[in-house]
Amino acid sequence: MTHELETADTAGKNLRRVAIDPVSRVEGHGKVTILLDENDKVHQVRLHIVEFRGFERFIQGRPYWEVPVMVQRLCGICPVSHHLAASKALDVVLGAERLTPAAEKLRRLMHYGQILQSHALHFFHLSSPDLLFGFDSEVGKRNIVGVAAQYPDIAKKGVLLRKYGQEVIRMTAGKRVHGTGAVPGGMNKALTRAERDALRADVYQMVAWSREAVAIIKQLHRQNPALYDGFGAFRSNFMSLVAPDGAMDLYHGALRARDADGKIIFDQVDYQRYDQVIAEEVKPWSYMKFPFLQQLGPEDGWYKVGPLARVQNCDSIPTPFAEAERRELAAHAGAGPLHATLGYHWARMIEMLFAAETIKDLLGDDDLESGDLLRGGERRKEGVGVIEAPRGTLFHHYRVEDNDLVTMANLIVSTTHNNQAMNTAVREVAKKYLDGRELTEGLLNHIEVAIRAFDPCLSCATHALGRMPLEVRLENHEGDLLDRLRKDAGGAVSRS
Amino acid sequence: MTAPTLIFGWGNPSRGDDALGPRFVEAVETLVQRHPEWGPVDCLTDFQLQVEHALDLQGRRRVLFVDASLSAAPPFTVETIVPARDGSFTSHAMSPQAILQVYCDLEDVSPPTACLLAIRGEDFELGQPLSTAARHHLESALAWTAGWLERNHADC
Repeated sequence: MTHELETADTAGKNLRRVAIDPVSRVEGHGKVTILLDENDKVHQVRLHIVEFRGFERFIQGRPYWEVPVMVQRLCGICPVSHHLAASKALDVVLGAERLTPAAEKLRRLMHYGQILQSHALHFFHLSSPDLLFGFDSEVGKRNIVGVAAQYPDIAKKGVLLRKYGQEVIRMTAGKRVHGTGAVPGGMNKALTRAERDALRADVYQMVAWSREAVAIIKQLHRQNPALYDGFGAFRSNFMSLVAPDGAMDLYHGALRARDADGKIIFDQVDYQRYDQVIAEEVKPWSYMKFPFLQQLGPEDGWYKVGPLARVQNCDSIPTPFAEAERRELAAHAGAGPLHATLGYHWARMIEMLFAAETIKDLLGDDDLESGDLLRGGERRKEGVGVIEAPRGTLFHHYRVEDNDLVTMANLIVSTTHNNQAMNTAVREVAKKYLDGRELTEGLLNHIEVAIRAFDPCLSCATHALGRMPLEVRLENHEGDLLDRLRKDAGGAVSRS
Repeated sequence: MTAPTLIFGWGNPSRGDDALGPRFVEAVETLVQRHPEWGPVDCLTDFQLQVEHALDLQGRRRVLFVDASLSAAPPFTVETIVPARDGSFTSHAMSPQAILQVYCDLEDVSPPTACLLAIRGEDFELGQPLSTAARHHLESALAWTAGWLERNHADC
């Protein structure tokens, strides 16, 4: 595995730095810096992510039972993933090693509702404009409003799939926003018969629409295999949770990693020991850490997480339609794993189908209405929770003192795991589409498409009207700031 | 039963004045209980304005969208908004105008009359309460809204 991006010596090479900001249609904003060498070839690419690390400090000093609700405020897109990962970590602190069947199935229902709504949002609203209209199409048309105008049927199904997922969340979490359904040790709310019947009434439609969504992305791959298999392609390791039998399980399991050829690096590692297999490297130019597999070291140990990793890391998917689609993707990939960046969309739709099928199965399970929802056990000072969030593996790690206050919190979010992979994808795209010293709109579009495939959550900070400050920096090879453009809250651009 | 009036505020309650939208909605919910003469009013909040919120517009006569704003003149601004295929296509910042447009495209009918209430915020730091200025702006916005609800006009 090459590692040109981070090991290159940039000193004294007379490099020119060009920054592109913002990256639209990802959560929050990013800034891409392309560093050219003296021959105007792409030398280095950096995706700067302003990740907000302060949340870990925000949690410290709080009573542990507040945490599953508080952490939802990290993100407006996947609050349920944080809610459940925190709850799982605090299950361990409470000694609740196994939840009651009703509690676990209710949490699973909530989680798969989250997967369904998040994947529907990403595919139909954020990515389908690129895929349906083309990467070079007019920006004003390349958005969900454009899709709704030209493909109202597709847009409507996307909206209703997401709405359904949100309804699953609302009914299991208790509220549409800031749900309180999961608590350390289990759940505090069961599903009523009326809620269950309401969800069952529509679930077959959701399965059918999810199958159609997989068909759309497969058709796109088949129409242009050179683009879909080659765009931003690069080899890497990958990691995810898998069930004890190696099957896909997005709620619970153990850690498995494979190398770029698909060979298993480690398997069935207890996630309580995540810090023995994963380390986090800090780099001076980014607030985000760069995780890597300790066994392979920082140069070779970086990896992908998320749909493309999960669909190829598991041995099977336990629902029939999604399993058939997994096999088709595997056949398309051939002997080894598929490393195409746009393959993320295909895998994401397979997961959406898996989520819809799983919700259907869970809604038919009578355990959902069986009484006991809480368990406890021997209290511990520390716990790790993990979940496969829509964007990839999410770790929550807490220490709780005898006074019930949290003294340490460490979160590794999916976008952090994919940090190096995203940088590499953007570099591959920039190498191919940057011609000379001029940035073109086409290049920007392609870079955005590459980043968006990973569905990164760059920074869920504020979103208030007009509050989208953007900054473009021009630095020389010694890091001196040569120029800076700033777009203020009102949208005016100034130079300083 | 869908109420003819919808008040929809959004924002992150943990981020200082970004909480203005949800805090506004909470306050209106309390006021509505004391003023049955205003008729049925539905109140909704969320972290962010998302595309499926177009479905929340079904069956409404008028909608008041409420958000914190750094660019609005203090204490708040109100404007009637219409559907627009604008550039707010980040999921993080979908505009209410774009939501109205999606509603039109999905339902193939005109949307309800919609107003955007932008309450001036100053400080958006994590873990901070509403700033003193924002609290004053919120009070002013609530006073205006009480009048709007009482008039029972769709326009702002």
